Amino acid sequence: MAGTPNDSTDPPDQPGLTGLTGLTGSSDPDDRDDLASLAPATARRLYELMTLMKTADDRLSRGISSGELLTVYWPSRGQEAIAAAMGVCLRSDDQLVTTYRGLHDLIGKGVGLVEIYGEMLGRQVGASRGKGGTMHIASPGVGVMLSTGIVGAGPPVAVGLAMAAQRLGLDRVVVASFGDGATNTGSFHEAANMAALWDLPLVLLCQNNLYAEMTPTEHTMKIEHVADRAAGYGMPGTRVDGNDPVALVSAVTEAVERARAGRGPTLLECVTFRLRGHYFGDPMAYIPAEQLAAATEADPVLRFRARLVGSGACTAGDLDTIDAAAVASVEEALATVLAAPPTALTEIDHDVYADARNCPA
Amino acid sequence: MTMTEALHLALDQALERDERVFLLGEDIADPGASGPTAGLSTRYGTQRVLDTPISEAAIVGAAIGAAMAGFRPVAEIMIMDFIGIAADQLVNNAAKLRFMTGGRTSAPITVRTQVYGGLSTGATHSQSLEAWFMHIPGLKVITPATPRDAKGLLTTAIFDDDPCIFLEPIRLRGQRGMVPLDPAFAIPLGEAEVKRPGTDVTLISYGRAVVEALKAADRLATDGISAEVLDLRTLVPLDVAAMVRSVGRTRRAVVVHDAVGFAGPGAEITAIVQRELFGTLLAPIERVAARFVPNPAPAALESSIYPSVERIVAAVRQTLRPDQARSDPTKAGIRG
Repeated sequence: MAGTPNDSTDPPDQPGLTGLTGLTGSSDPDDRDDLASLAPATARRLYELMTLMKTADDRLSRGISSGELLTVYWPSRGQEAIAAAMGVCLRSDDQLVTTYRGLHDLIGKGVGLVEIYGEMLGRQVGASRGKGGTMHIASPGVGVMLSTGIVGAGPPVAVGLAMAAQRLGLDRVVVASFGDGATNTGSFHEAANMAALWDLPLVLLCQNNLYAEMTPTEHTMKIEHVADRAAGYGMPGTRVDGNDPVALVSAVTEAVERARAGRGPTLLECVTFRLRGHYFGDPMAYIPAEQLAAATEADPVLRFRARLVGSGACTAGDLDTIDAAAVASVEEALATVLAAPPTALTEIDHDVYADARNCPA
Repeated sequence: MTMTEALHLALDQALERDERVFLLGEDIADPGASGPTAGLSTRYGTQRVLDTPISEAAIVGAAIGAAMAGFRPVAEIMIMDFIGIAADQLVNNAAKLRFMTGGRTSAPITVRTQVYGGLSTGATHSQSLEAWFMHIPGLKVITPATPRDAKGLLTTAIFDDDPCIFLEPIRLRGQRGMVPLDPAFAIPLGEAEVKRPGTDVTLISYGRAVVEALKAADRLATDGISAEVLDLRTLVPLDVAAMVRSVGRTRRAVVVHDAVGFAGPGAEITAIVQRELFGTLLAPIERVAARFVPNPAPAALESSIYPSVERIVAAVRQTLRPDQARSDPTKAGIRG
């Protein structure tokens, strides 16, 4: 059964239920040694990023639910560990191509909350002056080059960015972040083949959240693991617990170093779960209750918090302080955005072409 | 020189003058290259003239990514019918990047593609799909009809700040004409050119069909009818002023193109001209275009669907029929 690495006894009518087996951001005491492999500052930074991502998502969810905030949103809640690992492994000049489910990735790469919320809420202070919307946030100054609303559309562009880095002789790395569903597109295949062929400085980072929109991933591919596809392109494929920030830092570091050294791309499959479904408001009727319960139990943010405290790396008080700072940052950003002017109607007339005179009437 | 040589010269000079320019596509490097790119990889190396796998989406996507990082890539989609594979990259990424990011990013790419109509290659290797891309805000659509225009327009496209789709009609590849050798020679986008002046009717055309329109104008001249041939050269941006200038004088227009007529470029052109010149026109605007069928492979059948001299002449005569002349509503009363 796909998504089940080691166990052939799972009932076939519970798709994806065991996808998280052994991939639970474990708080097992044995993990204390792994945690010790991280510098204390790195562990702390991971938690800061993860709690900021979670808080930003929670606040949006609360605001949309109450009617306070009017926007569309594809929640990243549950996938924070992956983006936090990227955040601590990438340099600011490294580049990212992500997707509509990108709040966590954007925060991880350093995009400011005012730019993100501003874009989601159609304000002039948004990353794209409010014209792009939730799905299309870019912030080239911190390396976020593109967020795509089309599944699979990002990897080919990431190939071009990586070609540019290679041609310029720069040692920057490009990460293409996408979901499991994207790996079934022709665009992904074309891009992966090209990236391997030309040894491009690219990391193909798949956030396998076990569902392609409303369809279980194992109903969409014959092979068990996305990472196995790498062999078909002649690149390494690694499967990692996408809820374990420590394992992720190790895997992302290896892939990034490989790319930076000119040894070509890696396909990194990070197995995780979307705790709020495909879109905000998704009733998630297609997700078995036991699977959702298991995934909630494996919440990467709460697990990492318990692990940090349990190992003695941080005190609960330290983490409370970090949490409070995240809430303050989110509230301050949201207040700034809500006080900012809405995107002006005149913005429509700009940026269709470099020169507006080229626009047909 | 031929149009192929003119295109080659434009690419050669662009590669020579600007390190940011590189070419990518299928079979564009030597020894497999034929056509405009032949010889360029030998001169500039296979990093700047790069053979790719048969991966149209990734060819255009890679061009977009490289352009976002400061390059001026020229991607080749071998035949326009294959562009559907890359349509998502063109329509959802290249066209919209500048707008969706509030000007923070853009994709100044050029996509060259050959229009194969007229070679008996059948329905999937022959289409003129320019209307698809005219419909997408953010893209520019260019198609030359002469070697001179081919060089001047391609040079402009490569250094233009917006994504450009550059159509090369393969049946014009061998056409000869004078071409300026100056690397700085460039033709601005959005400037139509009168290829033949006339006074009785304007044939509005572009690409391969311009040649047919010029032949039709010759034929009409023997009957004492003076047809002006206006070559649009770029469909987006569209030179509305030139159309209005010409048709404002001749007061009759026939639009001629190789793309399918129904919902084709001529529909937009006709709508614009009638809006601008409603009170001036002496007859409804006629359109001569490809028939609404998949291109048949046999030569006799295929040639029957495209604009021919006979069809163009017949359309012109339709605009000249006395009963087409508008009556003066102040004298005849308003009908209906």
